[in-house]
Amino acid sequence: MLEPVSVSFESLNFATLLPMLIAITGGLLILFIDLLKSNLDKSIYIVISIMFSLMDLGAVITLDLNTRGFFDVMFIDGIAVLSQIIILGASILFISFAFASNRFHEYQYPEFFALFLFMISGFQFMVASDNLITIFVGLETASLALYTMIVLHNKDKSFEAAIKYFTMGALAASFYAFGSMILYGLTGSVELYKIFEVLEARNFEPAILIITSAVFFIASFGFKLAIVPFHTWVPDVYEGSSAALAGYISVVPKIASFVVAIRIFEQLIHSGIDWVEYILYAVVVITMTMANIWALIQSDVKRMLAYSSISHTGFVMSAIMIGTTQSNSGIFLYWILFAFANLGAFAMLWASRKRGVRYHERYDHPFEKFAGMVKLMPLGAVMMGLFMLTLAGVPPFAIFWGKLYLISSAINANYTILAIIMALNSAIAVYYYLKLVVYMFLKDAIVNRDGSAYMTNASISLRIVLGISAFFTVVSMFAINPLLDISSYFVAMSGF
Amino acid sequence: MDHILSILIFFPAIAGLLGFLIDRQSIKPYVIAVASMEFILSLYLWFLFDSNQIGMQFVEQGNLISAFGVQYLIGLDGISLFLVVLSTFMTLIGVISVADDTDDLRELLLTLLFLEMTMVGVFVALDAILFYLFWELSLVPMLYIIGAWGGEKRIYASIKFFLYTFSGSLIMLVGMLYMAYLYYQASGTWSFSLLEWYRLQLPLDYQLWLFSAFFIGLAVKVPMFPFHTWLPYAHGQAPTVGSVILAAILLKMGAYGFIRFSLPLYPDATVYFLTPIAILSIIMIIYTAMVAYAQKDIKQLVAYSSISHMGVVILGTFALNPEGITGSIFLMISHGIVSGALFLLVGVIYDRRHTKMMDQFGGLASVMPRYALIFGIMAMASVGLPLTIGFVGEFLSLAGFYKYSHIMTILATSAVVVGAIYMLSAYKKAFFGKITNPENSKLQDLNVREYFSLVPLAILVVVLGVYPKPILEPIDNSVKTVISLMHQKAVTEEAKKIIPNIKMNLGEEEK
Repeated sequence: MLEPVSVSFESLNFATLLPMLIAITGGLLILFIDLLKSNLDKSIYIVISIMFSLMDLGAVITLDLNTRGFFDVMFIDGIAVLSQIIILGASILFISFAFASNRFHEYQYPEFFALFLFMISGFQFMVASDNLITIFVGLETASLALYTMIVLHNKDKSFEAAIKYFTMGALAASFYAFGSMILYGLTGSVELYKIFEVLEARNFEPAILIITSAVFFIASFGFKLAIVPFHTWVPDVYEGSSAALAGYISVVPKIASFVVAIRIFEQLIHSGIDWVEYILYAVVVITMTMANIWALIQSDVKRMLAYSSISHTGFVMSAIMIGTTQSNSGIFLYWILFAFANLGAFAMLWASRKRGVRYHERYDHPFEKFAGMVKLMPLGAVMMGLFMLTLAGVPPFAIFWGKLYLISSAINANYTILAIIMALNSAIAVYYYLKLVVYMFLKDAIVNRDGSAYMTNASISLRIVLGISAFFTVVSMFAINPLLDISSYFVAMSGF
Repeated sequence: MDHILSILIFFPAIAGLLGFLIDRQSIKPYVIAVASMEFILSLYLWFLFDSNQIGMQFVEQGNLISAFGVQYLIGLDGISLFLVVLSTFMTLIGVISVADDTDDLRELLLTLLFLEMTMVGVFVALDAILFYLFWELSLVPMLYIIGAWGGEKRIYASIKFFLYTFSGSLIMLVGMLYMAYLYYQASGTWSFSLLEWYRLQLPLDYQLWLFSAFFIGLAVKVPMFPFHTWLPYAHGQAPTVGSVILAAILLKMGAYGFIRFSLPLYPDATVYFLTPIAILSIIMIIYTAMVAYAQKDIKQLVAYSSISHMGVVILGTFALNPEGITGSIFLMISHGIVSGALFLLVGVIYDRRHTKMMDQFGGLASVMPRYALIFGIMAMASVGLPLTIGFVGEFLSLAGFYKYSHIMTILATSAVVVGAIYMLSAYKKAFFGKITNPENSKLQDLNVREYFSLVPLAILVVVLGVYPKPILEPIDNSVKTVISLMHQKAVTEEAKKIIPNIKMNLGEEEK
């Protein structure tokens, strides 16, 4: 006879689930509206998406910190809240791009927006749990939605991108499952805090199994975060996605993965098993450096940005390896700053998307397309130049402060060599960012002589988002202090 | 005028932003007006400056990132005062010298205003991060000036310029962050304030590493041998006004950084590395002087001679006594004026003939006598003829270093002779003899715009050469403060011995 299970409603603490439920409700609502009356204009779906994202954001902000809910599966700590705020903020910026002037295939489907909201809820599940299974489910929900969103762009390249992303994602998922399996086998639990309690009690023995599990996790997050040598899908996927979505892929899924990586690796690094640290060290340095070198030789702006975002990921991964409170708050600071600059840069590409015109037989956004832009569209060129200099880490623009803080945290943790490698990589990166600046400011127009392509896709909302991003990157100097306070507070609250 | 320094920094930038609203036709008078106001303001600053007061003046302080100790901290002493005045003055001269028919005149002039902001900012910043911020930001307008208005290989030159300096300064940034970390360990608070850092006494091994990190960043900018290869390209391709600002101000940032950061922060490391750096400077002086002699292009000649003179500046700086450092700062100012003027003069002839090759000229003195006269004055000043501005600084620098090493000073002085050889032979080739090339026979002498930019420089060269005291005195007081600080902070015996102990009462600011 089974005992009847009685669960009181309060003990479930549904507030912790509320944000995700809001997003899912929004998605379902969109599908429902489509059932009742199809062929509505995309704007209604965009507005619904924004509305539900905002409600979601509201629910996140009002969460109580350090609570658990829903059979202790949900875990709301500082970084969970902080990362959800970043995810939602970036998502709202991204979905505003859908107000593009041109008609694009994907935005004609209401499903696109439903998937978008489901994806958000997936990311939220990922970050707001320390249960390996919930994390896995969140990861897969988000990823599957994202693959479909890519393919809705409906070009040959998009199919290729989605299939590639899907295959790699499946591989990553299996690695994740392997890693979790070993931890479960060692400890008999899927909850990270229990796992580490047990491991600590037995002094992280046997080390070989823990290292194996760490290797599986590194490979799994390597695919998700695009760390060398698991990065090969990135340039193709970015190229196949629309520029706006590529910008989104480079920012939001990564912050979710960073949070999970912090949860898993923070404990392993401080476990006294040096090999985890060595492996991460090597991975970080290789990711930063190799991606930079590959980015140097790209002849397409979007592929260049793809490689550069890999390099930025490597830069931030170093903070996970350093593993101090300073470096962990640096991750969030860096990523907030990076989100604005990178979304801005991709939005500029998005704005310059002209249907039916090709400037290169192979690429959508060759450097030549932007040649002489300053003469034809000074403001646009200045903005794009600003984003490039920001990404390159030229002071006083946004990312410089993130770099400053992360390099400083490396120094404070006695990783001086790493600090120098990080600095030198920033120097390499300058070259390819400058390349675009050189094309825009110092060369004469080559293929795009009338400049008609530059802002052809720029609707009011896109311009507003661009304006916000550019403004933020310029005045970020004054925003660093509050941002740092906030991220340090949340990170310290969760004890990392 | 509590905020005179902030006004000096941001006035050109704000005026530059507003300048985009102004019509292309009337942009030049506007920018000249702005640059003149800035210059007058800096003269007023000089007037307000109290040369008897020790320590920083006009200090302004505000928090930028309090959690991380980054401050908006600016101030001025005798060392930076004249570099600020030089920056505003040379910007004004540069703006005047730009021809009205330049392409994209508005963009060029407004970029110069932004550049002026960064230059003034570098010289008055007393917070390391603020310094770094202006230091790096100065690359962007210069990249644009070289890359957009330069010669044939301008893009290569501008990127080379940017990459070299950017990479070097990133290493310096790591050094700054390490320094802040050491300060944090010592005091428990984060600070990038230079005035706070001055109080920190470091053990020798830390000093050596930090000195090396700063050295790479600063040496690229000076540029010291063997990091100098970007400069001939940058000068060769830059438009005249770009070369003027580059030679007159931007190169001074590196030497200024040595005096402001490396010397007082790491006195023992300075002494430790004294001989290698002196040898590098001497190689730089002699080698580039010889390379200058081999040049056929007159602009390259001026560029290499300018590297050679920067070698004397570094040598004077590392003499570590009041004469040497005062001399090197004075030499920075005089070199700013003289090399700026020489680049302007090269620009004058290039505008008329569209060539910079010396063998194309010859006999110019007979068709352009006034031009030849001013060029002659500047060439003499560059050589270091007594009673010109070039003599004072060079003499003091070398005299200062003579106390440290006789042989090295003699070697360095020999390069002055080479300097005389290449300058005079170039002058002879271009100006004397018969007019061999018929194109040269109908050249116009200087026009009004060129007079306005060149005559003030020529007057300064002579006046300050005869009577340098008003400039030397404030510099000397501040230099003595730096040296006595170094002596106090030095931890090794050797450093105590080499750095003279100058008795003076340190003001409140230095405590």
